[in-house]
Amino acid sequence: MRNWDLLREMSQMQRDIDTVFRGFGLGRLLGSGFEAELGLRDWPRINLREDADHIYVEALLPGVDPDKIDMNVLGNTLTLAGERNAVDSEKNGRTWHRRERGAGKFLRTIELPVEINPDQVKAEYKNGLLRVTLPKVEEAKPKRISIQLR
Amino acid sequence: MTEKNLTVSNDQTVNREATRSEARYVTPPVDIVETDEGLLLMADVPGLDEQSLAISVDQGILTIEGKAVFGTGELLWREYSMDGYWRQFQLPETFDASKAKAEIKHGVLTLHLPKAEAAKPRKIAIETH
Repeated sequence: MRNWDLLREMSQMQRDIDTVFRGFGLGRLLGSGFEAELGLRDWPRINLREDADHIYVEALLPGVDPDKIDMNVLGNTLTLAGERNAVDSEKNGRTWHRRERGAGKFLRTIELPVEINPDQVKAEYKNGLLRVTLPKVEEAKPKRISIQLR
Repeated sequence: MTEKNLTVSNDQTVNREATRSEARYVTPPVDIVETDEGLLLMADVPGLDEQSLAISVDQGILTIEGKAVFGTGELLWREYSMDGYWRQFQLPETFDASKAKAEIKHGVLTLHLPKAEAAKPRKIAIETH
């Protein structure tokens, strides 16, 4: 008869649950949801990607003047700051039917999972999408280890 | 064996549920302001440009849709989904969809919908005798 290791089962289940939730934030629970901007979550929303040599940050920044986006890199922290102007309600508005888009100043710091080289960071703003390419330092790139047979 | 008469209804009316897409989609937030001239609608659709955005009006229903292209690489952290944008609005008859003007800049769609001539507020002059 084999002993069923309860503690090991539970820690394995914990690991499985962590794997499901890790890296997906709360977006998973909202599904095909409403991208509400007036809320408690950080703005702008970002998606973080990587490949062997780079980390990519894709931020949703519609309606922001790219010259006015303040971006800084310090160590492995990326900071995005700026302001989104509200619709000029005096000029245009008489009756508001819906007001779902937010406006105002924003500031967000993103801690990157690996060390990057701040001198070679590139950023591109296109159609409201900001794509920042951060090259990893050499030590952070995956290295292939060859196994020698004896 | 009895033969059954099958009646097939040719109902061609497009109801709202039939236009709903089966795929997952993202609902873009909008601002809608009404002035004397008409309606001004602004939608946040980052990633879309003139080619990828599609706006259509069919039987009084305005549809805004489009699919943005995102970068490659393994996802480490996801805060927004990369499904297409899709949203519909019911337009009252007071707005003239044929004279609508749309522009998109920095991922924000601005749609001007002028009021139909008949619906604009009009002053009625009082004749004196």
